[in-house]
Amino acid sequence: MTRRIIIVGGGVAGTMVANRLAKSMENEVYNGELEIVLIGDTGKHIYQPGFLFMAFNEGFLEQFAREEKYLLHPKVNFVMDAARHIDVDRKRVITGKQSFDYDFLVIATGSYPDMESVPGLAAGGHTFYTPEGAERLRYEMLNFQGGTLLVTIDVPHKCPVAPLEFIFMADDYYREAGIRNKVQLKYTYPIGRVHSLEPVAKWAVKEFEKRGIEYETFFNLEKVDPEKRIAYNMDGSEHPYDLLIAIPAHRGARVIQDSGLGDEDGFIPTDRYSLKMEGQDCVYVIGDATDLPVSKAGSTAHYEADVVVRNLISELKGLPATHRYNGKAFCFIETGLNEATYITFNYKQPPQPVPPSEMLHWFKLSYNEMYWLSARGIL
Amino acid sequence: MSEVNITKTIDARGSYCPGPLMELVKAIKRGQIGDVYELLSSDNGSAKDVPEWVNKMGHELVYCREDGDFWRIAVKKTK
Repeated sequence: MTRRIIIVGGGVAGTMVANRLAKSMENEVYNGELEIVLIGDTGKHIYQPGFLFMAFNEGFLEQFAREEKYLLHPKVNFVMDAARHIDVDRKRVITGKQSFDYDFLVIATGSYPDMESVPGLAAGGHTFYTPEGAERLRYEMLNFQGGTLLVTIDVPHKCPVAPLEFIFMADDYYREAGIRNKVQLKYTYPIGRVHSLEPVAKWAVKEFEKRGIEYETFFNLEKVDPEKRIAYNMDGSEHPYDLLIAIPAHRGARVIQDSGLGDEDGFIPTDRYSLKMEGQDCVYVIGDATDLPVSKAGSTAHYEADVVVRNLISELKGLPATHRYNGKAFCFIETGLNEATYITFNYKQPPQPVPPSEMLHWFKLSYNEMYWLSARGIL
Repeated sequence: MSEVNITKTIDARGSYCPGPLMELVKAIKRGQIGDVYELLSSDNGSAKDVPEWVNKMGHELVYCREDGDFWRIAVKKTK
Protein backbone atom coordinates (compact mmCIF):
# COMPACT_ATOMS: atom_id res chain seq x y z
CA MET A 1 0.00 0.00 0.00
CA THR A 2 1.32 3.42 -0.93
CA ARG A 3 1.74 5.88 1.90
CA ARG A 4 1.41 9.53 1.05
CA ILE A 5 3.20 12.51 2.50
CA ILE A 6 1.77 15.88 1.59
CA ILE A 7 3.83 19.02 1.87
CA VAL A 8 1.88 22.26 1.60
CA GLY A 9 4.07 25.16 0.49
CA GLY A 10 6.85 25.32 -2.10
CA GLY A 11 9.17 27.79 -0.41
CA VAL A 12 12.52 27.06 1.26
CA ALA A 13 11.09 24.72 3.88
CA GLY A 14 8.68 22.73 1.73
CA THR A 15 11.08 22.28 -1.18
CA MET A 16 13.95 21.15 1.07
CA VAL A 17 11.78 18.63 2.89
CA ALA A 18 10.42 17.20 -0.38
CA ASN A 19 13.84 16.82 -1.98
CA ARG A 20 15.66 15.47 1.07
CA LEU A 21 12.92 12.98 1.75
CA ALA A 22 12.84 11.79 -1.86
CA LYS A 23 16.64 11.36 -1.89
CA SER A 24 16.70 9.60 1.47
CA MET A 25 13.89 7.19 0.59
CA GLU A 26 14.60 6.70 -3.09
CA ASN A 27 13.84 2.95 -3.06
CA GLU A 28 10.44 3.42 -1.46
CA VAL A 29 9.62 6.32 -3.78
CA TYR A 30 10.61 4.40 -6.93
CA ASN A 31 8.89 1.13 -5.98
CA GLY A 32 5.63 2.94 -5.17
CA GLU A 33 5.58 2.43 -1.40
CA LEU A 34 5.84 6.16 -0.78
CA GLU A 35 4.34 9.10 -2.61
CA ILE A 36 5.55 12.63 -1.92
CA VAL A 37 3.17 15.37 -2.99
CA LEU A 38 4.14 19.03 -2.84
CA ILE A 39 1.28 21.50 -3.18
CA GLY A 40 2.33 25.03 -4.12
CA ASP A 41 0.35 27.96 -5.46
CA THR A 42 3.05 29.20 -7.82
CA GLY A 43 5.43 27.62 -10.29
CA LYS A 44 8.17 30.10 -9.38
CA HIS A 45 10.52 29.55 -6.47
CA ILE A 46 11.96 32.86 -5.29
CA TYR A 47 15.07 33.35 -3.18
CA GLN A 48 13.71 36.11 -0.94
CA PRO A 49 17.02 37.59 0.32
CA GLY A 50 17.38 38.86 -3.25
CA PHE A 51 14.70 41.50 -2.61
CA LEU A 52 17.16 43.54 -0.55
CA PHE A 53 19.58 43.66 -3.46
CA MET A 54 16.79 44.52 -5.91
CA ALA A 55 15.87 47.60 -3.84
CA PHE A 56 19.40 48.96 -4.37
CA ASN A 57 19.41 48.14 -8.07
CA GLU A 58 21.95 45.37 -7.43
CA GLY A 59 19.89 42.70 -9.16
CA PHE A 60 16.62 41.77 -10.82
CA LEU A 61 13.96 39.26 -9.87
CA GLU A 62 14.88 36.84 -12.70
CA GLN A 63 18.25 36.10 -11.14
CA PHE A 64 16.64 35.19 -7.80
CA ALA A 65 13.87 32.98 -9.26
CA ARG A 66 13.76 29.43 -10.64
CA GLU A 67 11.04 27.11 -11.91
CA GLU A 68 9.93 25.00 -8.94
CA LYS A 69 9.40 21.92 -11.12
CA TYR A 70 13.10 21.94 -12.11
CA LEU A 71 14.24 22.23 -8.49
CA LEU A 72 12.26 19.23 -7.34
CA HIS A 73 13.37 15.59 -7.36
CA PRO A 74 11.73 13.91 -10.38
CA LYS A 75 9.66 11.63 -8.16
CA VAL A 76 8.10 14.48 -6.16
CA ASN A 77 4.57 14.99 -7.42
CA PHE A 78 4.28 18.78 -7.76
CA VAL A 79 0.70 20.04 -7.69
CA MET A 80 0.53 23.66 -8.74
CA ASP A 81 -2.70 24.67 -7.11
CA ALA A 82 -3.50 26.71 -4.00
CA ALA A 83 -4.43 24.69 -0.92
CA ARG A 84 -7.87 25.96 0.15
CA HIS A 85 -8.51 23.88 3.23
CA ILE A 86 -6.51 21.63 5.52
CA ASP A 87 -8.63 19.18 7.47
CA VAL A 88 -6.42 17.60 10.14
CA ASP A 89 -9.30 15.52 11.55
CA ARG A 90 -9.96 13.79 8.23
CA LYS A 91 -6.26 13.95 7.24
CA ARG A 92 -7.07 15.68 3.99
CA VAL A 93 -5.91 18.71 2.01
CA ILE A 94 -8.32 20.32 -0.44
CA THR A 95 -7.06 22.49 -3.29
CA GLY A 96 -9.02 24.47 -5.87
CA LYS A 97 -9.33 21.38 -8.09
CA GLN A 98 -8.54 18.27 -6.05
CA SER A 99 -8.62 16.60 -2.67
CA PHE A 100 -5.68 14.63 -1.20
CA ASP A 101 -5.67 12.28 1.77
CA TYR A 102 -2.39 11.94 3.64
CA ASP A 103 -0.57 9.71 6.09
CA PHE A 104 1.74 12.53 7.15
CA LEU A 105 1.41 16.25 6.49
CA VAL A 106 4.10 18.92 6.48
CA ILE A 107 2.79 22.48 6.67
CA ALA A 108 5.27 24.91 5.15
CA THR A 109 2.94 27.72 4.15
CA GLY A 110 5.22 30.58 5.27
CA SER A 111 4.18 34.10 6.16
CA TYR A 112 3.51 37.34 4.33
CA PRO A 113 4.15 41.00 5.19
CA ASP A 114 0.83 42.71 5.83
CA MET A 115 0.94 46.34 4.70
CA GLU A 116 -2.70 46.62 5.83
CA SER A 117 -1.68 45.93 9.45
CA VAL A 118 -1.36 49.67 10.21
CA PRO A 119 -3.84 52.32 8.97
CA GLY A 120 -2.38 54.40 6.14
CA LEU A 121 0.73 52.26 5.72
CA ALA A 122 -0.16 50.69 2.38
CA ALA A 123 -0.77 54.14 0.87
CA GLY A 124 2.08 55.97 2.59
CA GLY A 125 4.87 53.43 2.82
CA HIS A 126 7.13 51.12 0.84
CA THR A 127 8.57 47.73 1.66
CA PHE A 128 11.33 45.58 0.21
CA TYR A 129 9.85 42.38 1.67
CA THR A 130 7.91 41.44 -1.48
CA PRO A 131 9.09 41.28 -5.13
CA GLU A 132 6.58 43.96 -6.17
CA GLY A 133 7.54 46.13 -3.20
CA ALA A 134 11.26 45.80 -3.92
CA GLU A 135 10.68 46.78 -7.56
CA ARG A 136 8.69 49.87 -6.57
CA LEU A 137 11.25 50.79 -3.93
CA ARG A 138 14.11 50.45 -6.43
CA TYR A 139 12.47 53.22 -8.46
CA GLU A 140 12.02 55.42 -5.35
CA MET A 141 15.58 54.85 -4.14
CA LEU A 142 17.04 55.68 -7.55
CA ASN A 143 15.04 58.89 -7.81
CA PHE A 144 15.32 60.07 -4.20
CA GLN A 145 17.09 63.41 -4.25
CA GLY A 146 17.15 64.08 -0.50
CA GLY A 147 15.04 64.36 2.65
CA THR A 148 14.18 61.99 5.49
CA LEU A 149 14.24 58.28 4.81
CA LEU A 150 12.44 56.64 7.74
CA VAL A 151 12.58 52.90 8.48
CA THR A 152 9.89 51.39 10.72
CA ILE A 153 9.76 47.83 12.01
CA ASP A 154 6.82 45.82 13.29
CA VAL A 155 6.54 42.32 14.77
CA PRO A 156 6.59 39.57 13.79
CA HIS A 157 8.74 39.88 10.68
CA LYS A 158 11.00 37.69 8.58
CA CYS A 159 14.76 37.94 8.62
CA PRO A 160 15.26 40.19 11.67
CA VAL A 161 18.63 41.50 10.46
CA ALA A 162 17.39 42.67 7.04
CA PRO A 163 16.24 46.12 8.31
CA LEU A 164 19.76 46.78 9.63
CA GLU A 165 21.26 45.61 6.36
CA PHE A 166 18.92 47.93 4.53
CA ILE A 167 19.92 51.04 6.46
CA PHE A 168 23.66 50.31 6.16
CA MET A 169 23.32 49.66 2.45
CA ALA A 170 21.30 52.89 2.08
CA ASP A 171 24.14 54.77 3.79
CA ASP A 172 26.68 53.33 1.32
CA TYR A 173 24.32 53.82 -1.59
CA TYR A 174 23.77 57.56 -1.04
CA ARG A 175 27.45 58.12 -0.24
CA GLU A 176 28.35 56.58 -3.58
CA ALA A 177 25.66 58.70 -5.25
CA GLY A 178 27.27 61.80 -3.69
CA ILE A 179 24.07 62.99 -1.95
CA ARG A 180 24.48 61.53 1.52
CA ASN A 181 24.61 65.08 2.95
CA LYS A 182 21.07 65.65 1.64
CA VAL A 183 19.66 62.37 2.96
CA GLN A 184 18.68 62.01 6.61
CA LEU A 185 18.63 58.29 7.42
CA LYS A 186 16.45 57.43 10.40
CA TYR A 187 16.12 53.90 11.75
CA THR A 188 13.54 52.97 14.39
CA TYR A 189 12.96 49.87 16.51
CA PRO A 190 10.03 48.75 18.72
CA ILE A 191 11.98 48.11 21.96
CA GLY A 192 14.64 49.93 24.02
CA ARG A 193 17.59 49.06 21.75
CA VAL A 194 18.12 49.00 17.99
CA HIS A 195 17.93 45.22 17.63
CA SER A 196 16.45 42.49 19.78
CA LEU A 197 19.86 40.81 20.05
CA GLU A 198 21.93 42.84 22.49
CA PRO A 199 25.36 42.14 20.92
CA VAL A 200 23.97 43.05 17.50
CA ALA A 201 22.37 46.22 18.94
CA LYS A 202 25.66 47.31 20.55
CA TRP A 203 27.58 46.79 17.35
CA ALA A 204 24.89 48.52 15.24
CA VAL A 205 24.76 51.63 17.45
CA LYS A 206 28.51 52.13 17.05
CA GLU A 207 28.06 51.86 13.28
CA PHE A 208 25.12 54.30 13.34
CA GLU A 209 27.18 56.87 15.22
CA LYS A 210 30.17 56.41 12.94
CA ARG A 211 28.03 56.81 9.81
CA GLY A 212 25.69 59.56 11.02
CA ILE A 213 22.56 57.38 10.92
CA GLU A 214 19.88 58.61 13.33
CA TYR A 215 17.99 56.09 15.39
CA GLU A 216 15.02 56.02 17.68
CA THR A 217 14.06 53.20 20.04
CA PHE A 218 10.63 52.42 21.54
CA PHE A 219 9.07 53.12 18.17
CA ASN A 220 5.85 51.16 17.52
CA LEU A 221 4.08 52.38 14.41
CA GLU A 222 0.37 52.92 15.00
CA LYS A 223 -0.75 54.86 11.94
CA VAL A 224 0.50 56.73 8.91
CA ASP A 225 -0.87 59.89 7.33
CA PRO A 226 0.07 59.48 3.66
CA GLU A 227 -1.01 63.04 2.76
CA LYS A 228 0.99 64.82 5.44
CA ARG A 229 3.72 62.17 5.35
CA ILE A 230 3.75 61.62 9.08
CA ALA A 231 4.29 58.34 10.93
CA TYR A 232 2.72 58.09 14.42
CA ASN A 233 4.28 56.16 17.28
CA MET A 234 2.28 54.28 19.95
CA ASP A 235 3.40 56.93 22.48
CA GLY A 236 1.67 59.62 20.38
CA SER A 237 4.82 61.24 18.90
CA GLU A 238 4.81 62.35 15.25
CA HIS A 239 7.61 61.53 12.80
CA PRO A 240 7.64 63.33 9.45
CA TYR A 241 9.19 61.52 6.49
CA ASP A 242 9.85 61.90 2.80
CA LEU A 243 10.35 58.20 2.08
CA LEU A 244 8.87 55.63 4.47
CA ILE A 245 10.20 52.10 4.32
CA ALA A 246 8.29 49.70 6.54
CA ILE A 247 8.89 46.17 7.65
CA PRO A 248 5.25 45.46 8.54
CA ALA A 249 3.83 42.79 10.83
CA HIS A 250 3.70 39.43 9.11
CA ARG A 251 0.77 37.05 9.08
CA GLY A 252 0.44 33.32 8.47
CA ALA A 253 -0.98 32.07 5.17
CA ARG A 254 -4.65 32.52 4.40
CA VAL A 255 -5.25 28.75 4.21
CA ILE A 256 -4.09 28.39 7.82
CA GLN A 257 -6.48 31.09 8.96
CA ASP A 258 -9.33 29.68 6.84
CA SER A 259 -8.74 26.17 8.18
CA GLY A 260 -8.79 27.38 11.79
CA LEU A 261 -5.34 25.96 12.51
CA GLY A 262 -3.49 29.09 13.61
CA ASP A 263 -3.46 31.73 16.33
CA GLU A 264 -4.86 35.24 15.79
CA ASP A 265 -2.02 35.99 13.33
CA GLY A 266 -2.35 32.69 11.49
CA PHE A 267 0.72 30.99 13.01
CA ILE A 268 0.38 27.36 14.05
CA PRO A 269 0.98 26.20 17.65
CA THR A 270 4.02 23.94 17.27
CA ASP A 271 6.17 21.87 19.64
CA ARG A 272 9.52 23.66 19.74
CA TYR A 273 11.55 20.42 19.73
CA SER A 274 9.60 17.84 17.70
CA LEU A 275 8.15 20.46 15.29
CA LYS A 276 4.82 18.65 15.37
CA MET A 277 1.64 20.67 15.41
CA GLU A 278 0.31 20.74 18.98
CA GLY A 279 -2.16 17.89 19.46
CA GLN A 280 -1.51 16.36 16.02
CA ASP A 281 0.75 13.34 15.75
CA CYS A 282 0.83 13.19 11.94
CA VAL A 283 1.36 16.88 11.22
CA TYR A 284 4.72 18.68 11.17
CA VAL A 285 5.01 22.47 10.90
CA ILE A 286 8.13 24.11 9.54
CA GLY A 287 9.57 27.52 8.65
CA ASP A 288 7.64 30.75 9.08
CA ALA A 289 4.34 28.89 9.57
CA THR A 290 5.16 27.95 13.19
CA ASP A 291 4.37 30.08 16.23
CA LEU A 292 7.83 29.39 17.69
CA PRO A 293 9.79 32.28 19.23
CA VAL A 294 12.63 31.81 16.73
CA SER A 295 13.70 33.92 13.74
CA LYS A 296 11.47 33.69 10.71
CA ALA A 297 14.38 33.05 8.35
CA GLY A 298 15.50 30.71 5.61
CA SER A 299 18.23 29.25 7.80
CA THR A 300 15.69 28.38 10.49
CA ALA A 301 13.63 26.54 7.88
CA HIS A 302 16.80 24.82 6.63
CA TYR A 303 17.77 23.45 10.07
CA GLU A 304 14.17 22.55 10.85
CA ALA A 305 13.97 20.62 7.56
CA ASP A 306 16.81 18.36 8.75
CA VAL A 307 14.83 17.44 11.84
CA VAL A 308 11.48 16.98 10.10
CA VAL A 309 12.95 14.76 7.38
CA ARG A 310 14.81 12.56 9.85
CA ASN A 311 11.71 12.19 12.00
CA LEU A 312 9.53 11.40 8.99
CA ILE A 313 11.98 8.70 7.90
CA SER A 314 11.93 7.21 11.40
CA GLU A 315 8.16 7.19 11.53
CA LEU A 316 7.81 5.70 8.05
CA LYS A 317 10.13 2.93 9.19
CA GLY A 318 8.01 2.33 12.30
CA LEU A 319 10.45 4.02 14.69
CA PRO A 320 9.70 6.84 17.14
CA ALA A 321 10.39 10.44 16.07
CA THR A 322 13.29 11.22 18.38
CA HIS A 323 15.18 13.97 16.53
CA ARG A 324 14.86 17.39 18.15
CA TYR A 325 15.23 20.90 16.79
CA ASN A 326 17.56 22.93 19.01
CA GLY A 327 16.50 26.38 17.80
CA LYS A 328 19.49 26.83 15.51
CA ALA A 329 19.64 29.77 13.11
CA PHE A 330 22.45 31.30 11.06
CA CYS A 331 22.24 34.75 9.49
CA PHE A 332 24.61 36.69 7.32
CA ILE A 333 24.45 40.45 7.96
CA GLU A 334 25.43 42.77 5.12
CA THR A 335 27.07 45.73 6.86
CA GLY A 336 27.25 47.83 3.71
CA LEU A 337 27.68 47.30 -0.01
CA ASN A 338 31.14 45.70 0.44
CA GLU A 339 31.35 44.05 3.87
CA ALA A 340 29.37 41.52 5.90
CA THR A 341 29.33 39.65 9.21
CA TYR A 342 27.23 36.75 10.56
CA ILE A 343 25.56 35.44 13.69
CA THR A 344 24.55 31.95 14.75
CA PHE A 345 22.57 30.91 17.82
CA ASN A 346 20.13 28.35 19.22
CA TYR A 347 17.72 27.97 22.17
CA LYS A 348 20.67 27.88 24.60
CA GLN A 349 23.50 29.80 22.96
CA PRO A 350 23.15 33.55 22.33
CA PRO A 351 24.83 35.01 19.22
CA GLN A 352 28.06 36.98 19.02
CA PRO A 353 28.73 38.91 15.78
CA VAL A 354 32.25 38.62 14.36
CA PRO A 355 34.06 41.66 12.88
CA PRO A 356 32.71 42.46 9.39
CA SER A 357 34.92 41.61 6.43
CA GLU A 358 34.92 41.77 2.65
CA MET A 359 35.38 38.00 2.51
CA LEU A 360 32.11 37.39 4.39
CA HIS A 361 30.36 39.73 1.96
CA TRP A 362 31.63 37.64 -0.95
CA PHE A 363 30.60 34.47 0.86
CA LYS A 364 27.09 35.90 1.20
CA LEU A 365 27.01 36.76 -2.50
CA SER A 366 28.22 33.22 -3.26
CA TYR A 367 25.51 31.77 -1.05
CA ASN A 368 22.94 33.67 -3.12
CA GLU A 369 23.91 31.20 -5.88
CA MET A 370 24.63 28.19 -3.64
CA TYR A 371 21.12 28.48 -2.21
CA TRP A 372 19.81 26.51 -5.19
CA LEU A 373 21.85 23.52 -4.04
CA SER A 374 20.26 23.80 -0.59
CA ALA A 375 16.78 23.95 -2.11
CA ARG A 376 17.59 20.82 -4.12
CA GLY A 377 18.55 19.07 -0.89
CA ILE A 378 22.22 18.78 -1.85
CA LEU A 379 23.94 21.33 0.44
CA MET B 1 -4.08 39.26 46.67
CA SER B 2 -6.68 39.16 43.90
CA GLU B 3 -6.11 36.60 41.17
CA VAL B 4 -5.01 37.94 37.80
CA ASN B 5 -7.01 36.83 34.81
CA ILE B 6 -4.43 35.97 32.14
CA THR B 7 -5.64 36.35 28.55
CA LYS B 8 -2.70 34.44 27.06
CA THR B 9 0.65 33.06 28.21
CA ILE B 10 3.54 33.53 25.81
CA ASP B 11 6.34 31.02 26.27
CA ALA B 12 9.42 32.82 24.94
CA ARG B 13 11.96 30.78 26.89
CA GLY B 14 15.05 30.11 24.78
CA SER B 15 14.24 32.97 22.41
CA TYR B 16 17.10 35.26 21.40
CA CYS B 17 15.90 36.56 18.08
CA PRO B 18 13.33 38.09 17.89
CA GLY B 19 13.44 37.73 21.68
CA PRO B 20 10.89 37.67 24.51
CA LEU B 21 10.02 41.37 24.52
CA MET B 22 9.32 41.32 20.79
CA GLU B 23 6.96 38.40 21.34
CA LEU B 24 5.14 40.47 23.96
CA VAL B 25 5.00 43.56 21.73
CA LYS B 26 3.38 41.42 19.04
CA ALA B 27 0.69 40.21 21.44
CA ILE B 28 -0.03 43.67 22.87
CA LYS B 29 -0.37 45.22 19.42
CA ARG B 30 -2.90 42.57 18.39
CA GLY B 31 -4.76 42.44 21.71
CA GLN B 32 -7.75 44.26 23.15
CA ILE B 33 -7.69 46.91 25.86
CA GLY B 34 -7.82 45.16 29.22
CA ASP B 35 -6.09 41.96 28.00
CA VAL B 36 -3.35 40.63 30.27
CA TYR B 37 -0.39 38.82 28.71
CA GLU B 38 1.96 36.69 30.74
CA LEU B 39 5.45 36.37 29.28
CA LEU B 40 7.76 33.49 30.23
CA SER B 41 11.39 34.41 29.61
CA SER B 42 14.68 32.70 30.40
CA ASP B 43 16.55 35.93 29.57
CA ASN B 44 17.43 37.91 32.72
CA GLY B 45 17.42 41.07 30.58
CA SER B 46 13.62 40.74 30.28
CA ALA B 47 13.21 41.74 33.96
CA LYS B 48 14.56 45.16 32.98
CA ASP B 49 13.59 45.43 29.28
CA VAL B 50 9.91 44.59 29.67
CA PRO B 51 9.02 47.03 32.51
CA GLU B 52 10.96 49.74 30.66
CA TRP B 53 8.98 49.19 27.45
CA VAL B 54 5.67 48.94 29.31
CA ASN B 55 6.36 52.20 31.12
CA LYS B 56 7.45 54.00 27.95
CA MET B 57 4.43 52.84 25.93
CA GLY B 58 1.95 53.56 28.73
CA HIS B 59 0.73 50.03 29.51
CA GLU B 60 0.57 48.45 32.98
CA LEU B 61 2.98 46.01 34.58
CA VAL B 62 0.93 43.53 36.61
CA TYR B 63 3.86 41.53 38.01
CA CYS B 64 7.45 40.61 37.28
CA ARG B 65 8.80 37.69 39.30
CA GLU B 66 11.32 34.89 39.14
CA ASP B 67 9.97 31.34 38.92
CA GLY B 68 12.89 28.91 39.19
CA ASP B 69 15.22 29.51 36.24
CA PHE B 70 12.94 31.86 34.30
CA TRP B 71 10.84 35.01 34.68
CA ARG B 72 7.07 35.42 34.70
CA ILE B 73 6.05 38.90 33.64
CA ALA B 74 2.42 39.97 33.21
CA VAL B 75 1.38 43.09 31.32
CA LYS B 76 -2.05 44.67 30.90
CA LYS B 77 -2.89 46.49 27.67
CA THR B 78 -4.34 49.83 28.73
CA LYS B 79 -4.83 51.72 25.47
